[in-house]
Parts: sequence; C-alpha cells; structure tokens
Amino acid sequence: MTKDIKTKTRREFMKTAAAGSVVAATGIAGFPHIAKAAAPVKIGVIHPVTGWAQYSGSQCRFGAMTALEEINAAGGIKSLNGAKLEALLGDAQSKPEVGAAEVDKMNEAGVSSIMGAYASNICLATTQAAAKYGIPHVVDVGVSDKIVSRGLTNTFRFKPGFGTYTKVGIETFIAINRAAGSPTKRIALVHENTTGFGAGMAKLVTEGLKPEGIEVVEVLAHPTPNKDFRNIALKLKEVDPDVIIPSHYYSDGVLFLRTLMRQKFRPKAIYSILGGASSQYRFVKEFPEAAKYVLDCTDWVDPKKQSAIDLRKKTEAAGKHFNYEVFLGYLAMQFTAASIEQAGSTDHEKITEAMATSTWDGHHMPYGPTKMVNGQNQGAQPVGTQILNNEIEVISPKEFATAKAVFPRPS
Amino acid sequence: MEFLGITLNFYSWQTIFGSAISGVFLGSIYALVALGLTLIYGVLHIINFAHGALLMLSMYAVFFLWHIFGIDPYVALLIVVPGGYIFGYGLQRSIIGKISHGRDEIVLLVTLGVSIVIENVSLFSFSATERSVRVPYDLDGIDLGVTYVVYPELAALGASLLITLLLWLFIDKTDTGKAIRAVAKERQGAQLMGINVEHIFAVSFGIGTACVAAAACLLVPTYPVHPQIGYLFVLIAFTVVVLGGMGSFIGALVGGFLIGITEQLGRLFLGESLGVITISVIFILVLLFRPTGLFGQRLS
Repeated sequence: MTKDIKTKTRREFMKTAAAGSVVAATGIAGFPHIAKAAAPVKIGVIHPVTGWAQYSGSQCRFGAMTALEEINAAGGIKSLNGAKLEALLGDAQSKPEVGAAEVDKMNEAGVSSIMGAYASNICLATTQAAAKYGIPHVVDVGVSDKIVSRGLTNTFRFKPGFGTYTKVGIETFIAINRAAGSPTKRIALVHENTTGFGAGMAKLVTEGLKPEGIEVVEVLAHPTPNKDFRNIALKLKEVDPDVIIPSHYYSDGVLFLRTLMRQKFRPKAIYSILGGASSQYRFVKEFPEAAKYVLDCTDWVDPKKQSAIDLRKKTEAAGKHFNYEVFLGYLAMQFTAASIEQAGSTDHEKITEAMATSTWDGHHMPYGPTKMVNGQNQGAQPVGTQILNNEIEVISPKEFATAKAVFPRPS
Repeated sequence: MEFLGITLNFYSWQTIFGSAISGVFLGSIYALVALGLTLIYGVLHIINFAHGALLMLSMYAVFFLWHIFGIDPYVALLIVVPGGYIFGYGLQRSIIGKISHGRDEIVLLVTLGVSIVIENVSLFSFSATERSVRVPYDLDGIDLGVTYVVYPELAALGASLLITLLLWLFIDKTDTGKAIRAVAKERQGAQLMGINVEHIFAVSFGIGTACVAAAACLLVPTYPVHPQIGYLFVLIAFTVVVLGGMGSFIGALVGGFLIGITEQLGRLFLGESLGVITISVIFILVLLFRPTGLFGQRLS
C-alpha cells in the first residue's frame, strides 16, 4: 500500500514536472518578451554633483531624472514590453579622471548606455572610457568639438558643438550690429581655458568680424573656477571695447558680470557665446541689474512648444531654476530612451546603431528631426537670447523669436 | 612680449596700480581667514584641516540669517561670531580633544574627519546650489581713480586690521592670552602652574573659529556660498600663516597682503592661470631664506 502510494506520488511528480517544463519552455520560447519584461534597462547617469561644477551637474541630473520618471510613468520602453528605465547615478566630482572611473563601475554594473557628463573635459574622459567597452554614450552639455571628432563610434551629441555656436554667434551678432547702424568697432573676448574652446573661438571671432570692420582688441583667458575678476575688469577698462564677448561657466559668469558692475564699466553690450550665466533665470532673479540686456548665443528650447512650457513649470515646482542644464539633461535622457525603443534591445551595438540612424523628432528644441553624422546631430542649432524685463527672450532665429533685440543697451 | 616661452603682458601704470590695490583687498580676505588659523595652527600647533569647512558653515549661517530673518551680514557678526566661539569651544572639548588625547598626528586626522563630515552634511542639507546674499550697498563704494572699491571690500580691509589689533591685545595683555602663550610654550609647566590646559585649548579653538566666523560675515556680501567655498581660501591661508610666521597675527596680516598683491600682479603680467605660481615662488623663497616666516620666532 505504502509502496503503491509512493510509486504513484513519484509518477505524479514526474508528470507534473514534465508538464511544468513544457509550459515553462513554451513560455520562454513562444513569448520571450514576457520572460524579459521584468528586467529594467540600466542607464548610467554621470554628472559632477560635487566640486566646482556641482550646481550645474545637479541641474543636469534633475533634468535627466525628470525625463526618466516621465518615460517610466508613460509605460517604459514599449519595444521591450514596457521595461522600466533604471538610472545608475555617478558623481564625476568635477574631475575628468573620476568621471572615467565611474564609467568603469557602470560597465561592471551592466548599463545599456551612458549619458552625461556636463563639462567638456569630463565628457572627453567619459566618452573615451565608454568607448573601451563599446557602451553608447550620449553627451548632454559638453561643447568641445573634440568630443565627436576622435572617431569614437559610441559617442553621440544631440545639441550643437562649439564650431556651430561660434558660427551662429558671429552671424547673429553681425545681424544685430547692422540693424543698429554698425556702432561696434572694438571687441574683447573673456573665456575660460579648461578646453581649447576659448582660443579657438578667439580665432574664429577675429576672422569672422574682420570683414565688418570690427577689431578684436583683447583676448583674456582665465581658469575655472576663478575667484577674482578685478584684474580682468581693469584690463578691459584700459582697452575700452565697445562689446565684450564672455564665454565661461555659471559661477564665473555671475562673478565676472558683477565685477564689471562694481568697477562701473558698462560697454555697449555684453554679447556672450555660451555665457554660462547669461541665460539663467537664477542669475536674472538674484542679480537683475547685472543681468539686464545681456545677450547670449546659447541653447534654448522652442518657447512655443507646450512640452517645453510644461518642463519649465515642473522644474520651478520642484524649486529649481529652469535652464539649459535641465532641458539638455532631459533631452539626452529622452534621446537615449528613444534610441533604446528603436533598437528594441539593450545590446550596445544595436543601441549604437539606433542612435546613429535616429530620426527622432519628439523633442522640444528648435532643431527638427535628428540626423547624426559622426555622432553629431546636424540639425542642432543655438539661438540668440536677451534678458529683457527679467525674462529670457529668444531674439533669433525669427521663427522662434519672442522679442526684438535691444542693442546697444540703453545708458 | 615673449620671455622663456611665457607671454608677458604690459599695461598702463593706472592698471598696474589698480591691480596692486585690488591685491590689498584680496589680501585682506586671505588675512581674515588666516588669523583664526594662525592662532590654532601657530600657537597650539594644531593643523586644523576643518578650518575651510568651518568657514563654509559660518557662511551658510550668515546666508540663512539673511534669507530667513533678513539680518544684514554685518549685523550677523553679533550672532555668528559668538556662535562660532561656542561651536569651536564645544568641538575641541567634546570631539577633537577627547579623541586625540593630545597627540598631534591624531589631531590632524580628527580635524580632517570633522571637515569631511561637515562638508558632506552641508552638501546633503543645503544641496550643491550656490547661494548669494544681495545687500543694497553691494555695488556702492568709492572711486580711487585707478580702481573702484566697493564698501564690502573696504569693510573686509578694516575688519582684518581691527581683528589683528584685537587679537594681539588679547594675547598680549589679558590673563587668558598669557595662559594661551604659556600652554603653547610649555604645556606641562603651564599645567603645574594651575592652568587648565584643556580649557585653554578649547578657548583657543573657539577664538580661532570665531575669527573664521567673522571672516564669513565679511565674505558673504561678495562671494556666493556653496559646500566647496572653504577650499578657495583655506589652502592660501595655510601659505599665509607659514609665510607670515606661525602664531604671528601681524605676520598673518602682512602675509595676506603680500600674497594678495603678488597674486594680482602675477595674474596681470602672466595671465590669470599662470599668475598664481607667483604665490608658490614667494613661498619657496621665504622658506629658503627665512624658514621661520617673516615675523616668526626662531626656535631655540
């Protein structure tokens, strides 16, 4: 009796196990997406959230995480059966070598792609480190053209590079100056020197403005961060340019413009090319006098797009200032997710291929559809902005403009 | 003009003079930060790595007093300076003194640990966002012809001179000051004379922290506050202390001015990045030819 029961039980067990195996095998083979659905897609999010660039890095991270939360709330990656995005956060500590070390850690953690890492010098290090492992890397803010000109097939930048900013910046300035009767004869450049950006810009600006009869009378480089701009202000007072073109990060931008005010030096205009502080609501709010009439050639959203208006509201509701760091971080995460969606896979090569062939246009920038050539989005363009009545207005191109430029600034 | 591959810039005497004057004002800020350090570092031989973190913490205190209660940074001196003294006294008495058992190498590690804790707690609590105080007199000042000097810069210069004088009088003329000197010279002997050494250590640390709190009140109208701000000034303040002579208040003041002027003129002629090496050049020269510093006493 006992033997029968035991035999029966064993047989039953064997039958059940066999049936279970068939069901499981059918499930995996017949419906692979069901088996993989639970696995989140890991994305490395590297920014400098400590060190000199901590504010900007935190803003970028906020933008990226806002996009990630929205994508997950909207159902995740649909081609991966609703797989959620999972951010692996890394702190580059405002140092390129630390950023590169974060990439190593993220590779071990099995990320599908990486986005970041704010400053050009950090981006140069993180993209190179990611290239070792073949991990696709989307650069959010870094402007140096070296980022996409080293033949790294894993590196993509959705926004413009330095050459485009300078070209558009010169064209926009010439148009503004001509419209005002060409009052500018002498220009001075003030730039940070952590990358070759400033030196390259000086050459292009000098060549670009020469046909207009405008001379570059002084080029002043400074380290980042710079704790004192009094010397630079004194040098500028001595050469007395009509217009100053600054180009640096936020905290240096604020200190520089405040120092000019303290030294009672008011040129006809401050026309930044990537001025850092020159199109930041925080600067406008904290130092409205120094911010008034400052012009900038920079990244800005299409002010008429509802998604951009919604992101600004969301950012301000979170107690943050809406700025380029937020919407470029947001954009880089959106582009990463769109590419994973297109690839339908977390495989590095497939995502890289999707990024390289992307025609994604679901963004809120004044760009048009995506077209990557050697990792650089060809449609990306900066816009001209000016701080008028404590608001950042777009003054060019015309199709996106919300106000007319005030130049020279009223005395 | 090129010299040994270095581009030398030349400017008018007005710009050079203006730069030197701006160096005096920058130097007064260095001196303010160095005064507290020289008391702790020079007199008590405590290498206080937490000095920068304490400066940052004091600057946050000044910022929040202004932001929440609308208290002007200069009025905040009346709250932050005594607060700094109490905090410094408590820190030495309850943490640094207890853990270090009087051993210098442990003091060094404890102050380093305290600085890491303060910086990370600040980063967690206040975030990385830079915060600035807006005062109505921020852009007002006097025109010296070659440069314009705003009132916060004049206040920093005046305060550095006044605090130096007060510290010198305190150390030289009061009983507590004499006790501090006695402890610095001969700890065991002072104890045998009935001086409470632990109390004197804490008083000195408290005064040093009060000095850095005063510096914070004078810095906030000019500089933004963030968790890393201490580093901008403290590394140079260490140089100022060694240059001026350890434990010398006059040395800290003169050293601050010397470094400030050297740095500004160096940056004027050699450029903003390369110019700061002049600080290291001056520092090395002083160590080579006068190792005790400009106003330091020769060890017997």
